Amino acid sequence: MPEPPRPPRSWTRALRGIVQRELPLDHLLPDQEPAYVASWVYVFGVVAIAALVWVIASGVILAFFGPQWWHVSPQGHFVNSIHFWSVQLFFVFMVLHLWGQYFGATWRDGRAPTWMVGVVVFLVSIITAFTGYLSQQNFASQWIAINAKDGINSTGAGAFFNVLNFGQMYGLHVMLLPILVTTLVAVHLVQVRRRGVVRPIDPGRS
Amino acid sequence: MNQAAPYVHWGFIVISLPNFVLILVMLVLFALGLVLPFPGGRARRGTGEESEDA
Amino acid sequence: MRRRPVDQTAYYRGVRMAPYDLVRELALALAAVLVLVLVLAAALSSPDVPAVTVQSWAQHAPVDLVSTATSELQGTTLSSAYGPPYTAPGEEAADAVGITPEEVPDSVQTLGPLAPQLWAGIHLPIHPAWSDVLHPLVLASVGNPALRQAVVAYRRAPAATRRRWLVAFQAQLGSARMVRGQLVVRPAQDGPLPLMMETLLTVARSGGLDALLTQSGHFYQTDYTGPLLFLGDGGYLPALAQSQHLLGDQWGMMNETGRYPGQAWLWLYTMWYQIPPYSTAGNADLLVVLTMGLLTTLLLLVPFLPGLRDIPRWVPIYRLIWREHYRDEAARRRPRPGPG
Repeated sequence: MPEPPRPPRSWTRALRGIVQRELPLDHLLPDQEPAYVASWVYVFGVVAIAALVWVIASGVILAFFGPQWWHVSPQGHFVNSIHFWSVQLFFVFMVLHLWGQYFGATWRDGRAPTWMVGVVVFLVSIITAFTGYLSQQNFASQWIAINAKDGINSTGAGAFFNVLNFGQMYGLHVMLLPILVTTLVAVHLVQVRRRGVVRPIDPGRS
Repeated sequence: MNQAAPYVHWGFIVISLPNFVLILVMLVLFALGLVLPFPGGRARRGTGEESEDA
Repeated sequence: MRRRPVDQTAYYRGVRMAPYDLVRELALALAAVLVLVLVLAAALSSPDVPAVTVQSWAQHAPVDLVSTATSELQGTTLSSAYGPPYTAPGEEAADAVGITPEEVPDSVQTLGPLAPQLWAGIHLPIHPAWSDVLHPLVLASVGNPALRQAVVAYRRAPAATRRRWLVAFQAQLGSARMVRGQLVVRPAQDGPLPLMMETLLTVARSGGLDALLTQSGHFYQTDYTGPLLFLGDGGYLPALAQSQHLLGDQWGMMNETGRYPGQAWLWLYTMWYQIPPYSTAGNADLLVVLTMGLLTTLLLLVPFLPGLRDIPRWVPIYRLIWREHYRDEAARRRPRPGPG
């Protein structure tokens, strides 16, 4: 019986194969974890993500009504307060997550890239928050802009990253940097799901 | 809430009370995260009998 | 280096698994954080100290505003000869306005041969003497012949004459008074400056100077470089900042207005400014950026750095994280009780 003709090489099938091999659905969304996942320290990361969700949701509302809204509307000010406290909680739980990951040395067993992406998320979050503070259009943003410019100018970056330019800082804050943060967090999650949760430190081994 | 915050002085460190409280809360939360029992212990042990297999 | 394929199944071989609902965990986290955030927002609100305007500056610290405007004309403010990205570096700028380089505050920061501020060049050119002082006065002189004469006299005078007037006027400002809304200075060899500065103050008090500076000649614009640099050149804005503990040497980078938490995550960045040699260095900003750049690189590379990556093994916090696991492992390794 003659074999059916082989279909021509398909990029789509190749990509599907890669995804199925690297991150099958039951690794992306497992319904079980190793029994050693048994500490509240494991929860700090997901709480940070929850805070980030509310940062973005409140930020979307603030962006929709424009940068002046929260100064003139009580509802706007309340949404700004949600944004402010979500950001505080985001940083609190991201740092707690960092402490937990550090003391568990969770970069072991090939997970160094996961750690490194996490550090980059932290840095980009700081820059995102910084552009947010600059976008407030109040006394704080005036003062932060006037002071921060010196550090940035000393590196030469001030020539194209102008903290005194509200339009530039606002555009970075509401669009470009949130996209970057979200993308990096997604990459970080895929990294964790791909390799699984690192085993506990073996006290006997060096 | 719009009045200037009180400040805590310790050596060369000068920290606002809100920041100080926040950092204290973080340390407490981390410690609690380490010591509080995590739910689902029975599920992790199966039926509760010690498994003799590695 | 051959890339080993990731095999989660192989990694988990022999590991006891247990049910775990990640999606429910996320849902609970979302709900819990939302409740907490709503409570905090309702109970504590968020900070919003209104922006300083040139008008409020003129109302609360008029002499400081006039002194700053005079310094702009002299070329001795922080922004006049800041260097890149705004102006030519100190010496060149000093030459341009006929003053000595020693009188010009030097804001260019270098470290040995490292001078990225200079390498980047002037990409945001400013002319504060014109945009903050002379241009507003030229506009205000429409329909005001006396002012027009004063401004023309100033602009036509030789540089040395202008310098003499500016120094004399600045010296009188120390004893200047506001009398019924008018700036009163003692007579001095200061040419047309008293009329010019009085008018500038009047325009500032009306809000007109804000409008001119923030618009910067356009209808639509979102770049506040000019007016912010002008505000920063004065003493009024920094005095307000100092009262709120926002200055660099007050750990200000971490702080927020009012009784709100600030940016606690910047503690290490701002700490350096409080201690020598950073606290007294003219290039402190560059030094701090380089220091933090190095430390951030170390943080990024922790998995590869002996010592830093070993600390978790020495500090037994991990034993708390995985204490249930270690207990179970120990129980499993215990010899089974014999029969009988």
